[in-house]
Amino acid sequence: MLKNLNLTRAVEGLKNKDFKATELLESVIDRIEERNNRINAFITVVDFDNLKKKASEADKKIATGDYPILSGIPFGVKDAICTKGIRSTGAAKILDNYKAPYSATVVKKIEDNGAIMVGKQNCDSFGHGASNEQSMYGLVRNPIDESRVAGGSSGGSAAAVADNQCIFSVAEDTGGSIRQPASFCGVVGLRPSYGRNSRYGIMPMASSLDTVGPIAKSVEDIAVLMEIMAGRDEKDATTVNEPVPNYSKEINKSIKNLKIGIPKEYMELDGLDSEVEKIMNSKIKELEELGVQIQSVSLPHTKYAIPTYYILVPSEDSSNLGRLDGIRYGVRVDGNELYDIYAGSRAAGFPAEVKRRIIIGTYSLSAGYYDAYYRKAQKVRTLISRDFEEVFKKVDVLLTSTSPFPAFKIGEKVDDILQMYTADAFVAPAALAGLPALSVPGGLTKDNLPVGLQIIGPRMGEAQVLNVGNKICFNNADIQIIRIYG
Amino acid sequence: MSNLDINDIERVAGLANLRLIPKEKKSYLKDLTAVFDYINILNEVNTEDVPETAQVTGLEDVVREDKISSCSKDTVDSIKNQFPESDNNLLKVKTVFKE
Repeated sequence: MLKNLNLTRAVEGLKNKDFKATELLESVIDRIEERNNRINAFITVVDFDNLKKKASEADKKIATGDYPILSGIPFGVKDAICTKGIRSTGAAKILDNYKAPYSATVVKKIEDNGAIMVGKQNCDSFGHGASNEQSMYGLVRNPIDESRVAGGSSGGSAAAVADNQCIFSVAEDTGGSIRQPASFCGVVGLRPSYGRNSRYGIMPMASSLDTVGPIAKSVEDIAVLMEIMAGRDEKDATTVNEPVPNYSKEINKSIKNLKIGIPKEYMELDGLDSEVEKIMNSKIKELEELGVQIQSVSLPHTKYAIPTYYILVPSEDSSNLGRLDGIRYGVRVDGNELYDIYAGSRAAGFPAEVKRRIIIGTYSLSAGYYDAYYRKAQKVRTLISRDFEEVFKKVDVLLTSTSPFPAFKIGEKVDDILQMYTADAFVAPAALAGLPALSVPGGLTKDNLPVGLQIIGPRMGEAQVLNVGNKICFNNADIQIIRIYG
Repeated sequence: MSNLDINDIERVAGLANLRLIPKEKKSYLKDLTAVFDYINILNEVNTEDVPETAQVTGLEDVVREDKISSCSKDTVDSIKNQFPESDNNLLKVKTVFKE
């Protein structure tokens, strides 16, 4: 079952000539064909003959012994990320026919390293959602329990990895869009520090928070991918010019005497599922046995993160989405006057949640309300960041659950927007502060639903975050085997 | 309680170039009222003398050389092919100015 391999094992297998890239590809494509009707993780699948050609070329290169590390590895890309010549819809009908003239820098870097993109993955339209029920191409089912959501917004990217429809995914995280679906689907997902990976070619949502990161089956895979994805890009002026660590090496360091903080506001949240809490506590105990020093810490502004997030993000959203008006690209709805084209194309091309956020954002930014909402939220954002700065003077990383609860039922929260928004309670704060945060599978509930644990680090602290995540995943080998390799 | 009414929704939808049907207006009014009632919790926070966070990288004055870089004919064509309506290589839109 080649499709079940994680990235590291697939790379190893190709290197040792245990199997060919064409066989690996076929295994993945067969799985997509078998499952996509049900799971709906892919909006667009690349033409099979084209893929086969690429895999054969990869095999030839691998045979020479001189080839880039990801040669012949099938991967998927969230549809809100531009890919040259392949339709990129952002899961909204306004871009139903859009073929980007260029690829996002991160996708280009992955492809330059030999990986083969098999398709574009479903998500909430333009990343607006926490359940992947807000896609105009249908919802994504959780492969672990198909009556439940895959999480969002990168639901397709997480579900595809969990369901072995690709070896890894490239996704985007504004306020939890990589971590929350990774936790719901039992896979690993990293939101890097803001500025670590280039955002060039990402359909912008909230530009001051957007990040691009990998979703994969193990922490070692994430380490390999980050070594390729990270770094300064002259096409994204917010990328920082700092050397990229050798993450693969860093994740094998000892964590003895490391200080891990447990934010009490997260543990005391109303609505924290008791099974999630239990898994957290048992993991804390395991870490203590590894010689880690655990301490309870306080992030006093935690409860203000969601209201802050839901002013800043819709505001930046509404501004960014202004470019979609049916004029230069995308689907145009005709009208008698120019305004009719704008208003009609946007009405037909955006789903309800996108419209809702545009209205919230435009209102927050409109004359007379800017100071009360947007400026106020930017100030609270400073306080939220300061909470983290203070805490990282005392501890090396923070450990929380990724979500207060495991994957919920399809339709359960879709009509209650505040409940849906608070699903981001544990993932939004780190995003506001621009910090790196990783979700790894931490355990299973009685119903066999995966529960993700989140490790948050200081800015540019990916190496330590991944190292701790790797230790948690290591102890979780049984879940990995049941859920991923089973 | 926020004092939003249907006129606010219409005004904002107009600013955002968004055509809404009456059912949507009603539903967004309900949603917005709930969201802003919730968001008002931020008024509890004392933000006097707190600076705003507009960016988190700390980078300043990121500049590049001001030079034109060309792109291939393929790229130019792929951009032009995206035009919903074109005439002789020009992007076609409705009249902007009226007599």
